[in-house]
Amino acid sequence: MKLNSNIPDGPLDTKWTNYRSKMNLVAPNNKRRIDIIVVGTGLAGASAAATLGELGYNVKAFTFHDSPRRAHSIAAQGGINAAKNYQNDGDSVYRLFYDTIKGGDYRSREANVHRLAEASRNIIDQCVAQGVPFAREYGGLLANRSFGGVQVSRTFYARGQTGQQLLLGAYQALSRQISVGNVEMYNRHEMLDLVKVDGKARGIIARNLLTGKLERFAAHCVVLATGGYGNVFYLSTNAMGSNVTAAWRAVRRGALMANPCFTQIHPTCIPVSGEYQSKLTLMSESLRNDGRVWVPKKKEDVMAIREGRKTGNDIPEGDRDYYLERRYPAFGNLVPRDVASRAAKVACDEGHGVNQTGLAVFLDFADAIQRYGKSEAISKGMSNADKATITKLGTAVVEAKYGNLFEMYEKITGENPYVLPMKIYPAVHYTMGGVWVDYNLETNVPGLFCLGEANFSDHGSNRLGASALMQGLADGYFVIPYTIGQFLSKEIRTPKISNETPEFIAAEKETQERLNKLLNIKGDKSVEEFHRRLGKIMWEYCGMARNAEGLKKGRQLIRELRKEFWSDVFVPGSTDEFNPELEKAARVADFMELGEVMIVDALTREESCGGHFREEYTQDGEAMRRDDEFTFVSAWEWDENEPILHKEELIFENVELKTRSYK
Amino acid sequence: MSDMNLTLKVWRQKNNNDSGRFESYQVAANEHMSFLEMLDVLNQTLIEKKEEPVAFEHDCREGICGACSMVINGRPHGPQGGTTTCQLHMRHFKSGDTITIEPWRAKAFPVIKDLVVDRSSFDRIIQAGGYISVNTGQAQDGNAIPIEKDLALQAFDAATCIGCGACVAACPNASAMLFTSAKVSHLGLLPQGEVEHSKRVQSMVKQMDEEGFGMCSNTGACEVECPKEISITNIARMNRTYMGSVFGSDKTV
Amino acid sequence: MSWVSNFLTSSIGKKLIMSLTGLFLISFLVVHLAGNLQLLANDGGKSFNVYAYFMTHNPFIKTISFGLYAGILLHAIQGILIALKNRSAKGSRYAVSTGANASFASKNMALLGTLIFAFLLIHMGDFWFKMKFGAVDMVAYDGIDYKVQDLYDKVLTSFKNPLVVVAYLVGLIALALHLLHGFQSAFQTLGLNHKKYTPFIKGMGVIFSILVPIAYAIIPIYFFLFK
Repeated sequence: MKLNSNIPDGPLDTKWTNYRSKMNLVAPNNKRRIDIIVVGTGLAGASAAATLGELGYNVKAFTFHDSPRRAHSIAAQGGINAAKNYQNDGDSVYRLFYDTIKGGDYRSREANVHRLAEASRNIIDQCVAQGVPFAREYGGLLANRSFGGVQVSRTFYARGQTGQQLLLGAYQALSRQISVGNVEMYNRHEMLDLVKVDGKARGIIARNLLTGKLERFAAHCVVLATGGYGNVFYLSTNAMGSNVTAAWRAVRRGALMANPCFTQIHPTCIPVSGEYQSKLTLMSESLRNDGRVWVPKKKEDVMAIREGRKTGNDIPEGDRDYYLERRYPAFGNLVPRDVASRAAKVACDEGHGVNQTGLAVFLDFADAIQRYGKSEAISKGMSNADKATITKLGTAVVEAKYGNLFEMYEKITGENPYVLPMKIYPAVHYTMGGVWVDYNLETNVPGLFCLGEANFSDHGSNRLGASALMQGLADGYFVIPYTIGQFLSKEIRTPKISNETPEFIAAEKETQERLNKLLNIKGDKSVEEFHRRLGKIMWEYCGMARNAEGLKKGRQLIRELRKEFWSDVFVPGSTDEFNPELEKAARVADFMELGEVMIVDALTREESCGGHFREEYTQDGEAMRRDDEFTFVSAWEWDENEPILHKEELIFENVELKTRSYK
Repeated sequence: MSDMNLTLKVWRQKNNNDSGRFESYQVAANEHMSFLEMLDVLNQTLIEKKEEPVAFEHDCREGICGACSMVINGRPHGPQGGTTTCQLHMRHFKSGDTITIEPWRAKAFPVIKDLVVDRSSFDRIIQAGGYISVNTGQAQDGNAIPIEKDLALQAFDAATCIGCGACVAACPNASAMLFTSAKVSHLGLLPQGEVEHSKRVQSMVKQMDEEGFGMCSNTGACEVECPKEISITNIARMNRTYMGSVFGSDKTV
Repeated sequence: MSWVSNFLTSSIGKKLIMSLTGLFLISFLVVHLAGNLQLLANDGGKSFNVYAYFMTHNPFIKTISFGLYAGILLHAIQGILIALKNRSAKGSRYAVSTGANASFASKNMALLGTLIFAFLLIHMGDFWFKMKFGAVDMVAYDGIDYKVQDLYDKVLTSFKNPLVVVAYLVGLIALALHLLHGFQSAFQTLGLNHKKYTPFIKGMGVIFSILVPIAYAIIPIYFFLFK
């Protein structure tokens, strides 16, 4: 299969404008006759469904949640990037483009990323107009903050709830289209299959989660905006319901999975506290601006802390290893996410982890509290303030900056982070990989589009902070409404698609059989147990650091687990009722297939880049990218026995490939 | 890590036609678990016994999606203020405690199964006008209209609503005034939303009434139980603007 | 006029009626108290009886009094309808009830209102009904060229009955609790909530709800103990 990225010709900075100006359009009277299915109503899905509705298409939108407002986009904390240059600090579309390409370790497409940077500016305007209450300065204008990996201040934010506010903006725009009848909303409907007619995506099979009935939905094209697959690791910062099923079903119908091994491990999450743990909670990256990361140098101190005989505060300064500052003096605690995560893993692998599981490092604010306290004392004219006063003043400053995060930490761990250093550990956070799409966001299956985290297109092998929201909304508001016309303009003579055709009936039957099969195994183990075990395999062998031997073993283990699952899982209840266990079983079954492809991808990519770190490919202990051999996108076609690799070469015409160095 | 033994009295209801009843279960937990993880443990033991697990709604488990919805010992989201059930940890309970868990109770939130209720009425209230009518592409520059910092913060505070329905659950009248007024306030406070404010407030109140929610008697229970601590100042604001719109504008919805 | 009926049948409209009638009744409490405190004047009931005559014979006051009856009925009937609607909106109750999130008074306004209404019936049956239709002796005073009913005497005999005094005290406690929530609630319903003024309104409400019922309570207690 020859993968054509369909990137338009012309210079980078005018590509999108020129392309948009010459694109095929669908006339308003034809739009009314065209049906579009949008699956997923997070940032990308809701914004796409709303915008397509505004344009006059008949949209059917689907979410497995009880409301579009629950999509996991809502949990994004930090902010959204945009090349507005409101701070007059030298930002530009090109700089945002460059930072994203570099941050992604040169494994994304130039043209897509540049378009993303262009759209970023419109996103902010659009969201402000929708009433998103972004943070503002005293003069009433929009405020910005800085984020990791860049030198300008371009992140727009709404306290620590930017994702929530942006999602509610999109949800409200979607609600408006529902109220005027342009969008038909199907809550509590989960897509379980893609239906192709004559090679084109023409509909889906969805299960009504309330009644358990399968329903057939037909349309001229299908848009997937179903999010990432981080939950393949069981423990992640994703929501419990986040899953790969819709995307994976599309892959089973011929779409390709691109760069599945590119997963982002976020360095600052609350560590696992026990076997029962169901999910991990992120502590915003912004904490690393003031927190210092360290572990004790001496093993006896480590043991004392683990056994509760000592706390972090009891370790004298000389016995602490501020390993990020030691290893990366130039960037210190502010190295990019992938680097910080791996360094924490190394510290813990060497036996310096500071909680009972041995998998935690300290993030310490004591210095920051003293520093801020002193400067507050001076500004208040207290030149001889005692230590207690300084600590009090400094604590107030830290509270003003990070209060809500500290409160969340205390709720979860029961420890006061103003007094004791926080304990953190990396956790799976985001998946850069996803369904392969071309410049139009169309997959290799004609009429099937994929947006947001579900596709692979913009972040290469590592995503920069505050860029996920940007991509989701760019795809939904400003890309798909145009590019979908390239496909639909050829479909204006296609009559309404029937859901009674043999293709639909066969797909429904297959899906029903699959569900029946899950229920009829009647084994002894819960779905949760299989998911947990899958997660452990993935984390152990395809996590922060990977090697060929481990990956091969992991693959073997997953295959065995899959076999065991299909012979020993127990799913209670029946298919024709509200049955959360059945939903979970179908999702875990898909995760087990995806997991294998991730491992195969990681095995094939014999280099270290971004979130993908192969222990065999390092230079002076740091990641070694191999541009000569691996400057391509790996797009995998599913095959039960051996997934098939298709390559899309990445061509860099504007950016010179460099080695990232933070030393 | 200390272990706890708890007795749970959980509301079990097969579906909306079933009348429902409490069932008692013993569960072993520890104080570091979240409340939902404790329920996960219960469900795991039920599945091992080939019984139906307790259905409850949950998703993000970090206090922002608004999916979790259960009344714990008579209080929506449990005893800790400003906290969703998923962020509530077992260290707030003692070994030997009996914990009663019920679904949200309100006519407008019919029970689907066990602790799961149907909150689509909230969606319909938003659809009635909880938006600003701006199509994609119509927006002017983000900085074209300066907004006073305090005003933006007030709007933000109202906008933090997660749509969980704890306000309705806490209200002895099952009133949705806090939810509705939070959205009316969020949008009405901003200049962008001011334009259609008058019509919005009438439409949203009308929809709220049609959904069968009760009337506000200003008990203030909603703001006490709201996990995002949204203030009933918003309710007063909605009352005021609603009357202003009915008597002061030429709009009738 | 559909907008008017729309408004009056909307949840906020219904609550507005409760708020306005409530505030009206609160203002009546003050007027009524001012008049009744004349019972404590040590003049054998002269000023009170003259005041009572004025209140029942002045055409303007008589008109207002019809407004008052209407206000009471409207507040009571609307209150009951709202309580019934709210009860059905809630459906079933929780197995565990908690007082943690709202005051007793705020959750039991209908109950308190019913108690107050029952008290009103006793109160009016005892004085108003007897004054209008029963036999109350007439009495003449120096300097007044007409006879007035000796309502003071009626008060004197009523408040010698401990059961009546207890009924009054129960009614007044119910009134205090009802006001404790109702006073500030009326302002909240009107949308009068302000960072600067609301604490003042709430403070006023508490003082009013305690002082006014106490002042009323002084009368039966005083008569029972000292007359």
